[in-house]
Amino acid sequence: MSGRLLNIALPKGRLGERAYALLARAGYPCPAVLEDNRRLTFENEEAGVRYFWVKPADVAVYVEHGATDLGIAGKDILLEHRPDVYELLDLRMGRCRMCVAGPADFIDRPERTLRVATKFPNIARDYYGARGRDIELITLGGSIELAPIVGLSDVIVDIVETGATLRENGLAPLREIAPISARLIANKASFKFCGEAVQELARRVERAVEENEGA
Amino acid sequence: MRAGELKADERAAIELRALYQSYGYAPYKVGRFEEYDLYMRNRAFLPDERILAFSDTDGKLMALKPDVTLSIVKNAREEDGPVKVSYAEHVYRAPRGGGGFREIMQAGVEFLGDVDAYAMGEMLMLAARSLQTISENYQLDVSDMGVVSGVLAGEDIPDEARAELLALIRAKNAHGLCEACRRMGVSEEGARLLRALVTEFGPIGEALPRIERIGLPQACDGALADLRALAALTQVYGLSPRVCLDFSVVNDMGYYTGLIMNGFVEGAPSCVLSGGRYDPLLRRMGRNAQGIGFAVYLDQIERLAGRRTGFDVDVLITCDGDTDPLLLARTAEGLVKGGQSVRVQRGEPGGLIYRRRIHMEGAAGDGEGRA
Repeated sequence: MSGRLLNIALPKGRLGERAYALLARAGYPCPAVLEDNRRLTFENEEAGVRYFWVKPADVAVYVEHGATDLGIAGKDILLEHRPDVYELLDLRMGRCRMCVAGPADFIDRPERTLRVATKFPNIARDYYGARGRDIELITLGGSIELAPIVGLSDVIVDIVETGATLRENGLAPLREIAPISARLIANKASFKFCGEAVQELARRVERAVEENEGA
Repeated sequence: MRAGELKADERAAIELRALYQSYGYAPYKVGRFEEYDLYMRNRAFLPDERILAFSDTDGKLMALKPDVTLSIVKNAREEDGPVKVSYAEHVYRAPRGGGGFREIMQAGVEFLGDVDAYAMGEMLMLAARSLQTISENYQLDVSDMGVVSGVLAGEDIPDEARAELLALIRAKNAHGLCEACRRMGVSEEGARLLRALVTEFGPIGEALPRIERIGLPQACDGALADLRALAALTQVYGLSPRVCLDFSVVNDMGYYTGLIMNGFVEGAPSCVLSGGRYDPLLRRMGRNAQGIGFAVYLDQIERLAGRRTGFDVDVLITCDGDTDPLLLARTAEGLVKGGQSVRVQRGEPGGLIYRRRIHMEGAAGDGEGRA
């Protein structure tokens, strides 16, 4: 299989565009990726890569099932879905925090079941499970900050970037669960059968990340 | 069905059985059901905790087997001496990502007895040749839990922290491992060794000397000696360089010690073989023996066959309501006796690939088939 193009899933959106810029600097350019059209696959035979734009939450699914060899996925997605993949690099971009948030003056009373609203039920369950805290999980698709405001939940578990949305809604981060950033992930079988190409890409991208940090 | 027409997983099951029998592993048959309690008591041994359970006629809670090893261990009688068995059985599991339970064909071998260097080497050889049966382009990753647990033995960290470190090692997540070691108070030396175990891998004959030079603690000596013996045996069996040392192959420490294995074949997106040495399981089940084995997930190889290229049937006989059934029967019989496969039906089915077509309307008429 060595010698074939490496398939890479990029998350649609700003993070994907930044990740592509990093890959291009690392020696894997494919300018067509940034063209404004409806194509979903782009390849540069000379650089040995083929890129796919996919929904951010689906990147890990593509990689785990071997549809792509590599992908750029947020740590939040990896923590929530725990795909069986290799996590090769922290790209140190798209940084934010997975937090418990709620009213700034919120006091957790252990004698009461804590109502937790979130888009990340596995992360919330793991976090409170490890602390032996009894919770009622309320899974929402979006606008999580609304839940404590209207009394749907006591707290939320969500991504906090600057905290501005929380502040504007009278909420505050209460506990940090995990730092979040974009990660380079690899399919385990691809790592075996395209090992040299995958490892070379990881090495070059790591150098590009370090140059980014130094700039 | 002729041998050439077998599906990839069916062909593999037959060839694997022959391979295992050639080394004296007797075929073993287990029922589809087992008491639910067996799995509840050994949940961490299973790859997934979800189990398809139902009540038997006497109210006892039963399960459709998610695993074969536990049943073999449970049924083994110590007075019968060492057990060497092979199986090809359906198990019932819920794959990751949802979609409900699936019936999965699994083949494997188990050895219960004194697991010495020969027994480990034979198991590794059978695992490698099982993969080779599926594809010439395969890789068998091996590790020894004794190395990682030897490094962790010197660290004063709770069980949950060990589980988190194992998950990071399994994901080859070197950056996460460094961060977790700092957070958990793992010593600098411990963190350095764990990172080296994640980043050093390769054919066992090349990677093992590198690993031996990183300065592992004395607690790892037994595991390293076992790995050296295995590396020598891979030479005898002619398996180099497809057997690779990779310490990211880790499993639950409560059930596995010593050698563990994960096998991959080109074209399958995830591991198609897994196994290892499970002495703690035997102790938990009150058996005074050691155990080692592996399973091959035949559902994974179903898709490896690629696009269909052969014929579904040699001769398609189409007819209408007036066709003489005696004439149809004589024609079909003649063709089958002549070594050809035949399908008789009214009209032409979509998607069927046949070598030749015969259309019969009362009296026989001939037409060209399509390929």
